[in-house]
Amino acid sequence: MTALTTETTSTETTQVSHTAGIPFILKKAFLGACVALVLFLLMIGIRTEAGPDGQLTWWTRFGDLASIVGLVFGGSIVIELLRQWIGPTGAEKLVPASVQRSMSLLGRFLGPALLVFTLLVPVIFYNQRYILDLAILVLTYVMLGWGLNVVVGLAGLLDLGYVAFYAVGAYAYALLATNFGWSFWVCLPLAGMLAALWGVMLGFPVLRLRGDYLAIVTLAFGEIIRLVILNWQDLTGGPNGVSGIPRPTLFGIPLDNSDDGLAAKLGIEYSPTHRIVFLFYLILALALLTNWVTIRLRRLPIGRAWEALREDEVACRALGINTTTTKLTAFATGAMFGGFAGAFFATRQGFISPESFTFQESALVLAIVVLGGMGSQLGVALAALTMIGGFELFRGLETYRMLVFGMAMVLIMIWRPRGIIGHRAPTVYLTKAQAISSDLVKEGHG
Amino acid sequence: MSGEPILSVDRLTMRFGGIVAVQDLSFSAERSQITALIGPNGAGKTTVFNCITGFYKPTGGAIRLNHDDGKQIALERLNDFRIAKQAKVARTFQNIRLFPGMTALENLMVAQHNTLMRASGFTFLGLVGVPTYRDAEKRAIALATDWLKRINLFDRADDAAGNLAYGDQRRLEIARAMCTEPVLLCLDEPAAGLNARESASLSELLLSIRHELGTSILLIEHDMSVVMEISDHIVVMDHGLKIAQGTPRQVRDDPKVIAAYLGADEEEAKAVMESES
Amino acid sequence: MDYFAQQLINGLVLGSIYGLIAIGYTMVYGIVGMINFAHGDIFMIGGFIALISFLLLVSLGLTAIPLILLVVLLVAMAVTALYGWTVERIAYRPLRHSFRLAPMLSAIGMSFVLTNYSQVAQGARVKPVPPIITGGYTLHEGPEGFAVQLSNMQIMVVLVTIVLLAMFTWLVSRTRLGRDMRACEQDQTMAALLGVDVDRTISMTFVIGAALAAVAGMMYLLYYGQVDFFMGFVAGIKAFTAAVLGGIGSLPGAVLGGLAIGLIETFWSAYFSVEYKDVAAFSILIIVLIFMPTGLLGRPEVEKV
Repeated sequence: MTALTTETTSTETTQVSHTAGIPFILKKAFLGACVALVLFLLMIGIRTEAGPDGQLTWWTRFGDLASIVGLVFGGSIVIELLRQWIGPTGAEKLVPASVQRSMSLLGRFLGPALLVFTLLVPVIFYNQRYILDLAILVLTYVMLGWGLNVVVGLAGLLDLGYVAFYAVGAYAYALLATNFGWSFWVCLPLAGMLAALWGVMLGFPVLRLRGDYLAIVTLAFGEIIRLVILNWQDLTGGPNGVSGIPRPTLFGIPLDNSDDGLAAKLGIEYSPTHRIVFLFYLILALALLTNWVTIRLRRLPIGRAWEALREDEVACRALGINTTTTKLTAFATGAMFGGFAGAFFATRQGFISPESFTFQESALVLAIVVLGGMGSQLGVALAALTMIGGFELFRGLETYRMLVFGMAMVLIMIWRPRGIIGHRAPTVYLTKAQAISSDLVKEGHG
Repeated sequence: MSGEPILSVDRLTMRFGGIVAVQDLSFSAERSQITALIGPNGAGKTTVFNCITGFYKPTGGAIRLNHDDGKQIALERLNDFRIAKQAKVARTFQNIRLFPGMTALENLMVAQHNTLMRASGFTFLGLVGVPTYRDAEKRAIALATDWLKRINLFDRADDAAGNLAYGDQRRLEIARAMCTEPVLLCLDEPAAGLNARESASLSELLLSIRHELGTSILLIEHDMSVVMEISDHIVVMDHGLKIAQGTPRQVRDDPKVIAAYLGADEEEAKAVMESES
Repeated sequence: MDYFAQQLINGLVLGSIYGLIAIGYTMVYGIVGMINFAHGDIFMIGGFIALISFLLLVSLGLTAIPLILLVVLLVAMAVTALYGWTVERIAYRPLRHSFRLAPMLSAIGMSFVLTNYSQVAQGARVKPVPPIITGGYTLHEGPEGFAVQLSNMQIMVVLVTIVLLAMFTWLVSRTRLGRDMRACEQDQTMAALLGVDVDRTISMTFVIGAALAAVAGMMYLLYYGQVDFFMGFVAGIKAFTAAVLGGIGSLPGAVLGGLAIGLIETFWSAYFSVEYKDVAAFSILIIVLIFMPTGLLGRPEVEKV
């Protein structure tokens, strides 16, 4: 909001961190612990459960309560000490330009290095199915992130219902393949087109909406799609989902143990890993296609118009840019990539149900885009790797996973509101491409 | 070449609820000339601009744009982007509206969107990289470069627009409007916030646009030194009405104009003028 | 006709609950201009606090129902208000001057945290309570044996909503805090320059919003006889719809919008299909935002060029 208030708060923090002594820290920690005690006394101190006869029973868990309150007490001491040690908050924003430059230099090599490594993943980890599966998952989210990036990062249109297009793509392939026996390669473009169509259908009504209103409408749209899938049992199988979705083939050659299978044709011994490796390269190709198209589009007038739209819609209109079609193409392009990813998801899983397309997925993909630094392709890839990889670390703690994910989202936003790679690369230059600081780049009103 | 004025506004009226911002305003802007719209704050100048450039839909009246080829366009019937795209009317804004996160060059490239869109075969041909698009892009860059040189920002072509000095941003916004290759350029207070030297260079730029390119200019301006120096014709508004028009000299000596600016009545203004002369 | 009247009553009661939640959205949006995504979960937490404190009081041997309800109401409001305060302090305040997307994602993250926190703390299963307020009136006995019922529970929900709304309107229009809130809504910088403690005012907004959500949570618990950790998400979106429908920033609008959503949902379920009732609610959200983004009682927003 205002420079004035920011200034006063930052001076306050500075003073506090310089003058704060042990009593202050203890007082603060004590207050924190008191708040924690009130917050958690009933929710954690008492555990309720419905008994067998429907009667609620309860028991106390004061041990857990004490340890959590203790944790808050200790935690706030540690945070306060760290804060004094690091200096006033906001200092990390003053990262010197030289450091940023060397970071961007690193970025130039990081991208190709990452690509080479990714290409070699199936070679290096051939025998580690778990890693291959995880890599496929990460790549799926990289692709989704890149797809949503067109809408959110470039065009500045906040979309909280992206998962709807993922679902449309997945169901399009699943239903076409199971009902009509169409092959993956025929269905893939169809799934993309269908999703793009839905993107336009979402785009039309929301053209005039801005900011948070757009976000909530897209969220509602995503939920509507999910609820319709859930309830339209005749078509979608409802909560039971669609099963027996055909596996992809290498242009007609199945990757199975049969006589027509790829292994038999090549005369090598069949291994189920072949299919995993195939899926890996398939999603990699799809993701790279997304990336290539996006990079290409950015340098075309449509891509520049997207970014201009994000910067200033009124100015776009004054320059004769049709903001309606510009927005719709952004929605359609993003949705199309989501549809591709959905079709891949369906063929990889062999089974889909509405459970895979909840709001949490949309939030996860959006978090990847924002953490990546809106508009940065490399940033999105790194963010997907971090998020999905990090998520995987908590696989054992199934119930705590979303808790940790939520906390991570809050902390990341506080730590780096503009994402890992915040600066923007120009699409055209005369003498030298200079990175543009994120402070200048707008987020868009839509 | 037709002799008609480039823009004729006829009985333009704009109401917001019960408030009448512009009432029965008629004036015209001559071809290849600079017409200034002046008046005290709140006179309704920007409203007129917004009506001409399609951001508001006028309550009543007609706005006609006469192209060189004799084609007449009813601006009040076109909406927002079509005015810039089809009628070729470009505008700038009172509070600068550049794309701050894009470079100066990119700003000028965005202005050539419609030309480039056609050249790129509405993206599809551009995506596969056909040579005709590459040529069109080269021409677009050449045009942008030309404008960057005209406004002395060639060295800053690759800098973010948001990083430019205020005066440079003003000039860049004009260059961006010119990159749409308009027949009528509408400038909303282009000299606002500029110092004397910057104002002078702005006047020079506008005169060069008028003389070298023959683009007609309509401007709102408070800086009388700029208005008097460059305008061929001045229209004065107060409280939504036109109170005077004519050459700079005529307007300067019109007691009604002075009265409007001083907030005094006509008799007092006459007295002031007489005592001065 | 009787069926219609019964649905009308049911819809108004449901709408009152939505209205109470919607006030929190409307206030926060009015002052900080963000959708507090976690507000639906604050409502859910309110329901849980009410459930647990109710259980404890009953176990302590209290039998006077009105006393129990009063204590439960106060405890739920106080504790939930502290949740609202904490959420603002942790997840929103550090981002107040940040980019627009950051607080929104932080709010979504906070919503996940609260949902899963109560799942972890209290388990995933639905928590039932026996009916606490029983009895009621039969308003009209139809010829086919269908009777229009007005239960004491329903009367209480509507009464509590009216009383709280009246108190709250008084708070905003007559007290110093209310004046500070309205000042911050207009212009935070100017308010700060004139000596309004902006941080404190915003905190109080969250506190009041959370307290009202707690009331809604308790009403939900009593009315439906159960709570679960996931109830905040859908209820939150519907209450947000109510806030938008009523005109964001307007308190009477929030209640009006809540009633409208409650009625639409009830009638849709009664006459069309229960499965698609949420689809109906979400569709209304979309339609309202597109055709009247300023809502029923909202102020129009003029685009400045």
